[in-house]
Amino acid sequence: MRQDKQDARQLKIVIVGHVDHGKSTLVGRLIHETGALPEGRFEAIKAQSERRGMPFEWAFLMDAIQAERDQGITIDTTQIRFRTERRPYVIIDAPGHKEFLKNMVTGAASAEAALLLIDAHEGVQEQSRRHGYLLSLLGVRQVAVLVNKMDLVGYSADRFGQVAEEYRAYLKGLGVEPSCIIPISAREGDNMTAHSGRMPWYQGPTALQALDGFETLPRPFERPLRMPVQDVYKFDQRRIIAGRIESGSLEVGQEVIFSPSNKTARIRSIEAWQAGTPETVRAGQSVGVTLDEQIFVERGEVMSHVADAPQETNVFKARLFWLGRNALEQGARYTLKLGTLETEVTVEAIERVIDTDDLSAKAATRIERNGAGEVVLRTRRLLALDEHEENPATGRFVLVENHMPVGGGIVSMEGYPDQRHLVTVRSTNITAVGHAVTREARTARNGHKGGVLWFTGLSGAGKSTLALALERELFAKGYLVYVLDGDNVRGGLNKDLGFGPEARAENIRRIGEVAALFADAGFLVISSFISPYRADRERAKEAAGAAFHEIYVKASLEACEDRDPKGLYRRARQGEIAEFTGISSPYEPPEAAELVVPTDELPVEECLGMLMRYVGERFQNTR
Amino acid sequence: MDHLDELEAESIFILREAFAKLDKLAILWSLGKDSNVVLWLCRKAFFGHVPFPVMHVDTERKFPEMYAFRDRYAKEWNLNFIRELCPPIEATDPTLPPAGRSAARKTLGLRAAIEKHGFEGLILGIRRDEEAIRAKERYFSPRDETGQWNLKDQPPEFWNQYMTSFPEGTHVRVHPILHWTELDIWKYTKRENIPLIDLYFSKNGKRYRSLGDKDITSPIESEAADIDAVIAELETTRTPERAGRAMDHEAEDSFERLRAAGYM
Ligand SMILES: Nc1nc2c(ncn2[C@@H]2O[C@H](COP(=O)(O)OP(=O)(O)O)[C@@H](O)[C@H]2O)c(=O)[nH]1
Repeated sequence: MRQDKQDARQLKIVIVGHVDHGKSTLVGRLIHETGALPEGRFEAIKAQSERRGMPFEWAFLMDAIQAERDQGITIDTTQIRFRTERRPYVIIDAPGHKEFLKNMVTGAASAEAALLLIDAHEGVQEQSRRHGYLLSLLGVRQVAVLVNKMDLVGYSADRFGQVAEEYRAYLKGLGVEPSCIIPISAREGDNMTAHSGRMPWYQGPTALQALDGFETLPRPFERPLRMPVQDVYKFDQRRIIAGRIESGSLEVGQEVIFSPSNKTARIRSIEAWQAGTPETVRAGQSVGVTLDEQIFVERGEVMSHVADAPQETNVFKARLFWLGRNALEQGARYTLKLGTLETEVTVEAIERVIDTDDLSAKAATRIERNGAGEVVLRTRRLLALDEHEENPATGRFVLVENHMPVGGGIVSMEGYPDQRHLVTVRSTNITAVGHAVTREARTARNGHKGGVLWFTGLSGAGKSTLALALERELFAKGYLVYVLDGDNVRGGLNKDLGFGPEARAENIRRIGEVAALFADAGFLVISSFISPYRADRERAKEAAGAAFHEIYVKASLEACEDRDPKGLYRRARQGEIAEFTGISSPYEPPEAAELVVPTDELPVEECLGMLMRYVGERFQNTR
Repeated sequence: MDHLDELEAESIFILREAFAKLDKLAILWSLGKDSNVVLWLCRKAFFGHVPFPVMHVDTERKFPEMYAFRDRYAKEWNLNFIRELCPPIEATDPTLPPAGRSAARKTLGLRAAIEKHGFEGLILGIRRDEEAIRAKERYFSPRDETGQWNLKDQPPEFWNQYMTSFPEGTHVRVHPILHWTELDIWKYTKRENIPLIDLYFSKNGKRYRSLGDKDITSPIESEAADIDAVIAELETTRTPERAGRAMDHEAEDSFERLRAAGYM
């Protein structure tokens, strides 16, 4: 294919690095040498420096406004254009000063490639590392490292080697491989556009060649279709669903699903104004469609193909960076924006805070401004999203506090189930048949009410022991009582389910429904499952309504691990059992259990006593 | 998608975000090539409609061709058109240079119009490549009660998420073509066949590259008499676009002072 120079796609690049390591100088030099400066600009700035009695600085070309010159630091992203033989570029000059990290983020988030500068004399500094870290988090994968000010270190190959190795090792810790590491002097012009005679030991690419070596990123046409709904328009007789296709492609006639409402319809038409009537649209396009059915869809939903829908959850893990003036706190609430959806979110846990200096992680309850870490977030509404790895556009989000965007993060579903299959669209065309035998009649006959005692707790906390003991005691007292546990459920009802997060969630969903039926029939059901996710228990509670009693069988992880009756913890620690609750997947303790039974504090008999008293008070027919 | 398609898709996305998130929205129509493109993009975004008022803040010192253009297309495009007037020059800050005062009239007129209609958001056709300070702009740029732009502490914008909710009293400028260049505007105008005032084309060796008020805009030397010639000219020039506007050259910081005060 012929490379048409004029129409080669423009590449967006960002230039980052510690303050004073030469970013502005590099940009000034680049635009001058590629002939991109507006006429007279170079001379004007030169004259201006002289007027002010200051030596000429290349950086002045970038800092062409008063405020910047006075402050002496570049304060924001500016977009500067130039072109090489290969293609046009837009440089987003990002500042190095710590205070303005949010501006660096603004610039770098839209860049396809980055040049990262390090002063050869000063070596790798705090911001060199932090910027490297942010580039990786923001998804900028193409990075060239420029070791600048080689003139200050006598163009020493040794010094270059030291700096290059140190930084290469740092990037490796982030899983980033730089495309090249180049010794330059931005001020003197060495290895910028041509090899400099002053560093004969370096034969690699020049800074300009490094740029031309980057690739413009292809649009994600091959990924599953994702179109976050921006709006639904009814300006005329058409009802148009509008949004931008973030990935994949769409054709007229295809069946689509909207998540998380899980409604489906077919595409009747793709609408456009002054652009014909397209039959297909692809990633990157802002489009509008009409559907063959009048379903209610609103902003915030994600349109996809039925077979390849996004995941749904209200709890997930994230790696995030924080720009807020106030630290991010455990338990704090923010607004989360993901695609076009906005919802309230709570920081359920801060799993670790990352020190970007050495990439070490430590436990903490807050992430300070300009910091980064890993958190568990719980949203009020169900979200449609993807793992960031699988689909960046629908796998990242922004947090907002007091109207201001204060952080950004990427989604990991590790250890959390996709709740998609659990959104039971309760059939609306079946009206519940009223039983001729009333609940009161059953209670009167049985001498007690029906209900669900939902035991939850870690493996080894004592759920089964207590459940079976309680069953025996209650049966002896004449109760209609039955224990649901792994043994009787997994053998038949849930025989088809595995042990992955989704299957475990489905397992619990079915148990919740069965337990509710038993309770309705007048039984006292004791369900004995780890049921680690709050969302799952919420659902079981919804199924049984007021008859649901959450019983937290509580023992610390250490206590359970000590007991380890079946040797499961040992095997999980050795990595033989994947996604073992408490070890490699989370346990979310109840927030408001009806009863907490602390088995690591009280002997079994006392625990049983607590349960018997509880049942007596709540279930015995008092009339 | 080619370069223009990419620009267009991004602008449409921004316009739709603004329309979805901002309650009282309007577009500022200065009658020039940039705001014509923005109007065109609105019609693309909203499938032939412009679902909010289109406002011209009139200095009453525009070229007659501009008024004729305005009256024609306001009707032809079925716009919800609003015209607001600027206050007399005496109302402006006397310490500003003359052309700056003239521009400041517009600031005052605009501020009054915003207040009168209670607009929460205003769509403007400014571009980053116009002037160094505009390069600092965000797509969604909040202004406080007095119209002040706090350029040193702007909200971050990334991953297509913008600041779209605001404390009481703030209003927001929305800049859907911020990422376009002058050349992009011309190529798009040509491709889409968007109507244009012919002051942009050469007559007697001169044409206007940018249209402000009569008294503060001067034509440049040019033989470019049609759109192709203009594009060819721009592909080689390195003179900045606003060179023909007096205000920018009077004091190094006059543009910034005006901008901070709400002039766009
Ligand atoms: N000796 C030397 N000085 C440089 C070089 N590049 C930049 N500088 C100087 O380093 C200082 C900071 O540069 P600047 O570009 O403003 O850094 P920024 O803060 O990263 O934008 C200025 O005084 C520059 O002249 C270089 O290659 N060699």
